[in-house]
Amino acid sequence: MPGPAIETESLTKDYPTGFLHLKTKRSLESLTMQVGEGEAFGFLGPNGAGKSTTLKLLMGIIFPTSGGARILGRPISDVSMHRDIGYLPEQPYFYDYLTAAELLDYFARFFGFSAGERKERVVKMLKKVGLETAGKIQLRKYSKGMLQRVGLAQAILHDPKVVILDEPMSGLDPIGRREVRDIILELKREGRTIFFSTHILTDAEMLCDKVGVIVGGKLQGVGIPDDIVGMKAHGMEILFEADANDQRSAAVRAKASKSGSRFALRVPEDAIYLALEELRGAGVRITAVSQIKPTLEEYFMHLVEKDRAQAAAIEVSEK
Amino acid sequence: MTQVGAVAWNTFREAVRDRVLYNLVFFALLMIAASVFLGQISLGIETTVLITVGLSAVSVIGLLIAVFTGVGLVSKEIDKRTLYALLSKPVRRWEFLTGKFAGLVLTLALNTAAMAAGLILALLFVKHSLQRGDFVVLIAVYFILLKIAIVIALALLFSCFTSQLLAILFTAGLYVAGLFVTQMRNLNGSRLAPMMQTLFSWISYVLPNFENFNVMAAAAHGKPVPAALILQNTAYAVLYCGIVLAAATAVFSRRNLK
Repeated sequence: MPGPAIETESLTKDYPTGFLHLKTKRSLESLTMQVGEGEAFGFLGPNGAGKSTTLKLLMGIIFPTSGGARILGRPISDVSMHRDIGYLPEQPYFYDYLTAAELLDYFARFFGFSAGERKERVVKMLKKVGLETAGKIQLRKYSKGMLQRVGLAQAILHDPKVVILDEPMSGLDPIGRREVRDIILELKREGRTIFFSTHILTDAEMLCDKVGVIVGGKLQGVGIPDDIVGMKAHGMEILFEADANDQRSAAVRAKASKSGSRFALRVPEDAIYLALEELRGAGVRITAVSQIKPTLEEYFMHLVEKDRAQAAAIEVSEK
Repeated sequence: MTQVGAVAWNTFREAVRDRVLYNLVFFALLMIAASVFLGQISLGIETTVLITVGLSAVSVIGLLIAVFTGVGLVSKEIDKRTLYALLSKPVRRWEFLTGKFAGLVLTLALNTAAMAAGLILALLFVKHSLQRGDFVVLIAVYFILLKIAIVIALALLFSCFTSQLLAILFTAGLYVAGLFVTQMRNLNGSRLAPMMQTLFSWISYVLPNFENFNVMAAAAHGKPVPAALILQNTAYAVLYCGIVLAAATAVFSRRNLK
């Protein structure tokens, strides 16, 4: 059985604060988690939760205060394992005097590719991220979305086994987000391990096999999106269509909420069959029956509010 | 070596695409051209004036580029966060620093060569032919380049842990102090307390000693420069740069980037 692609153990990061750096602020607290090989893992949390700190620690951009991490079985201090990792920093910025093709060629040199291989890879990557016609334009003339795509191209240029993306969809317009999402889905289909941070919950729900939620530097939970939110159905929702002049359905229409030409009736789970009988008797057309579940967003907001409340309580007790 | 070479090549490419660099080199060539006319009004010492002014221009412009570009080598990459993507590649921090250093030394070697070529052309214009003694100018230019390499290494070291402004001040301060190393070692007749004299003497051995690199007077008068001095200065510069780069690596390898 293959080991985890990424594993962290009690990973902690403190930042010095104050003029003399005498105080410290804990940005990440004892993070212990695993990401399996070939998994798409979404690291969720609000701004300042510790997501980017974790990713920077994994990439050796900053160093842990305590604890450690391994990627593909090797410690994060081993720079040679970067051959198997691709990384997209948050709001990437590259050498603006270079063209996209020059930048990719420059980065490809670090992997020991021959000139021919480099050329081939650069063309392939630019095509993959939809920049084949903009490859010869200097990066200083690129829009934010285009820079994000170049960032993705440089992250996957060398066919890495693990791809680490810091807020890959941040600041993109809907089209850009869709394009980046498609690239991530393709990477997932190719069997690569994807570890990405985001605060856009729908993206995580759409792309991830597993999510981890971090708030205030502490990991609050890890699991598949449905499990993590403790997917106990709140009830059932029945969507139906009915003629507004039909007196038989007047009673059920009164109980339901109207949205366009459709009605939605919410009932407890154990009352579903009774409600369906009643609707059938009322002569309405049932179009859908579904469970009402809390969304990841609701769970996420609940955690954020809990953390804020705790922080406020600590502040009050300190005073 | 591939990693160091790649970083060096990109540093060189960045410098080459910077227009300020061309302006400075153009300014140096202009000063050399001006010194030709200055020489014409200095009866009998045209060559001396030309070589002195010309070498000073090469030195000042080279040092200015070394300090101002050198201090930005690392800090600019951190501030603009271009380093994040780079360090996610299989590049060790010492390889990055060495590549940055090598790239700027290469850039300045080419700039200095261009300025030296201008100076030789100006000499040819004034003297109509060149003698063997005139080529001492090239040794003086070589020493300027060694001096520049040390300044780049110092600027790189400071840019690893402080702001650009402070790095400029520290580098410039060390450069100026390095011009007075002999005086610092011979403070016996001064009014300073004996303890201070010893302290300054110790400091002088840590400071870069730039005095031996100045052979401008010999070049201006066509006097030969001993081969031993060339070897000594080369070894000194290589060793000093090596030590400073090792210190820079020690600092930078532990640094948390923003």
